[in-house]
Amino acid sequence: MGRYVVRRLLQMVPVFIGTTFLIFVMVYALGDPVAAMFGDRTPDPATAAQIRESLHLNDPLWSQYLQYMAGIFQGDFGTAFNGRPVIELMGDAFPNTIQLTLVAFVIELVVGVALGVVAGMRRGRLIDTGVLVLTLFVISIPTFVTGYLLQYFVGVKWGALPPSVSTEVRFEELILPGIVLAGVSLAYVARLTRTSIAENIRSDYIRTATAKGLPRRRVISVHLLRNSLIPVVTFLGTDIGGLMAGAIVTERIFNLQGVGYQLYQGILRQNAPTVVGFVTVLVVVFLAANLLVDLLYAVLDPRIRYA
Amino acid sequence: MRGARSATWVAGAIAIALGVTACGGSGDSGGSEAGVVRSAWGDPQNPLEPANTTEVQGGKVLDMIFQNLKKYDPKTGAAQNDAAESIETKDQQTFTIKVKKGLTFSNGEPLTANSFVDAWNYGALATNQQKNSYFFADIEGFDKVAPAKGKPTAKTLSGLKVVDDHTFTVKLTQKMSTWPVRLGYKAFAPLPKKFFTDHKGYLDKPIGNGPYAVDSYQKGTQMKLVPNKKYRGDDKPQNKGVLLKVYTDSNTAYSDLQAGNIDVLDSLPAEQIKNAKTDLQGNYVSQPAGINQTITFPLDKGAWSKPGMEKVRKGISMAIDRKQITEKIYNGTRTPATDLTSPVLGAANGYSKDICGDACTYNPTEAKKLIKDGGGLPGGKMTISYNADKDSHKEWVDAICNSVNKVLGDDKACVGNPVGTFGDFRSQITKGEMTSAFRAGWQMDYPQIENFLTPLYATGASSNDSHWSNKKFDDLLKQAASEPDTKKATKLYQDAEKLVFDDMVAIPLFYQNGVAGWSQNVSNVSLDAFSVPVYTQIKVKS
Repeated sequence: MGRYVVRRLLQMVPVFIGTTFLIFVMVYALGDPVAAMFGDRTPDPATAAQIRESLHLNDPLWSQYLQYMAGIFQGDFGTAFNGRPVIELMGDAFPNTIQLTLVAFVIELVVGVALGVVAGMRRGRLIDTGVLVLTLFVISIPTFVTGYLLQYFVGVKWGALPPSVSTEVRFEELILPGIVLAGVSLAYVARLTRTSIAENIRSDYIRTATAKGLPRRRVISVHLLRNSLIPVVTFLGTDIGGLMAGAIVTERIFNLQGVGYQLYQGILRQNAPTVVGFVTVLVVVFLAANLLVDLLYAVLDPRIRYA
Repeated sequence: MRGARSATWVAGAIAIALGVTACGGSGDSGGSEAGVVRSAWGDPQNPLEPANTTEVQGGKVLDMIFQNLKKYDPKTGAAQNDAAESIETKDQQTFTIKVKKGLTFSNGEPLTANSFVDAWNYGALATNQQKNSYFFADIEGFDKVAPAKGKPTAKTLSGLKVVDDHTFTVKLTQKMSTWPVRLGYKAFAPLPKKFFTDHKGYLDKPIGNGPYAVDSYQKGTQMKLVPNKKYRGDDKPQNKGVLLKVYTDSNTAYSDLQAGNIDVLDSLPAEQIKNAKTDLQGNYVSQPAGINQTITFPLDKGAWSKPGMEKVRKGISMAIDRKQITEKIYNGTRTPATDLTSPVLGAANGYSKDICGDACTYNPTEAKKLIKDGGGLPGGKMTISYNADKDSHKEWVDAICNSVNKVLGDDKACVGNPVGTFGDFRSQITKGEMTSAFRAGWQMDYPQIENFLTPLYATGASSNDSHWSNKKFDDLLKQAASEPDTKKATKLYQDAEKLVFDDMVAIPLFYQNGVAGWSQNVSNVSLDAFSVPVYTQIKVKS
């Protein structure tokens, strides 16, 4: 197990370097960011030259990348074009996004698994069809549609929940964006759980457990659910990264100033340090989540061993 | 046993989620204080330094916290003395500026001639990387503090001289009678000593001499402004403060406006314009702003620079049904253009309703004839380049191409040419890589016709994107600049504008409107010449 973890950690190094270099090249390939800073106006040549120099834009790309990476390992993610250090932006953004991700994750886990179990246990019945149709709906409607609709009806028309997130980021303000963000993944979780449950419910060990006279509750929660959750855990694990990075639309709609918001602004203003910095952190999140998922397999299914 | 453990996991996760989110649960919303105007805001693109703020969101704050030498009347756009006691000149080149006595910054520091001179020197020096530095380019010595090549050889502008505590003189590189008009622009704001001694502290909580003072500033989130007790000017706030809340999406801000969470929104989402009047029960205004949209051509080389092509350009201009585009695409939030300035200037500052005349009026038959007379489109084709990343230019570009194609009876004569990013679009223009038409827009810095002509059409000017050059035009600008009588100067500028139309250097399309909506909670909301709400005049209902 220990050796496996070390091997995986070592594998992460080239992946990390590769992804960050790619994103670095892609962001800088967008063209000269200095021209965009001045609006419809041609920049004053002296000022533009000074800005270019201070951003190392005159150096070759590989040298810019090395300087940037050297900075990162000293905890310096560069400075955004509005003069704030990117690390400070991260300090503001990540807590907000993590809160939203947790809310969405809990909704997704609880509701998704519950729906999946119910549907899988009663396969082919009305409730199963109901869940399938419902999830199909959720999957096919884009996030921004559900987002604006919920915001308008729940937030503005009925006034049941706040339509946007205030600066304090209170819990009740996160419910709506949480539901919207969880929506699509929730549908996948429900469907994965349903298929898995429906398959395993006919397996030998369930019959044995039932024959042993175990209470139905225990058969389902311990024997059935635990064995059916492996594909779901895979999905959920990778989804954490997805939730954090994919909240761009949701964060915009509900005005939550998190990672998605900073990325969106960074891209819009061609602000390379912000974009590369945030993506770098997200890459680490993805890698860690993947490793965690693989380790969780062993916990869920003792037959899986890592050496 | 194992089942119990996994159950604790889930329970633990939920508990953590609730616990983390509950952390922010306490504390007040910060906006429900009586008498405070809650307004939507966008995160400023640059640090809040006057000479470094080029866009309207940062400008909004600077307008509130600074009292400049001049101010622009919110209704007429006319420039009046504000912090200046007098601005005098004998030769239209050296100006003597007297600052009113007894004015102070909100931290108690007295406002002196040095507050201005130091600020301007800071703004001009290239190593400070201030994006508005070109505003000081007309002052003598700018080529020393910001040389086009190499390092600055001086730290201060030689044209600025402090005479006494409240008087200083400005020497320009050439005559320019309308120069004082621009002194209401934020780049010319005075700065307190703290700006130079504790720069970071200053940016965390900017200090000014205007009607409002910054009470608290959470960067990227919100700013609270309260009336500045030390302010002695005429624009005393009629409310107890302004809370600016950052929104990334104007649709969300609009939802919050309807839900009563904010009071003023000055960037209504385009798709809501149609319903805004009824949604907001009439609390809605749409008026022309100091922003215009044109299409222009590369005129220094290539097919479009050949003689006769001005007829083709005129023909294209007449092929455009401006009225239909402004109504169909923009629901009346654009106004068809009749000149190269903007209606916010008023006739006094150079706006004209008929200077473009027939050339800007839709007339398909005449258009077709003109294009044919001029030799037709080069190679039978033209493209209109635009940046595709923001401001949705695609719709109007396609509509214009459609009009041109209809007139010529050729589906493929004109096509839009999207360029991925704004930065790329701008660098293609500055590097002279454009071969056919491209969009150009201008947002005024100060309400004066000069600002719509000199930077855009003078030979070698900073934003002369078409690289057009006309000696007669340049001479007229010079003549106008040295004309002491503003009325006569304006007339001369208009004569110069006519020359631009003779060559149809740029085809005026429409003026952008400023739009704003407000809640039932406030009244007396209006927009100034820069389409920024006049915050000092907003009254909050109790």
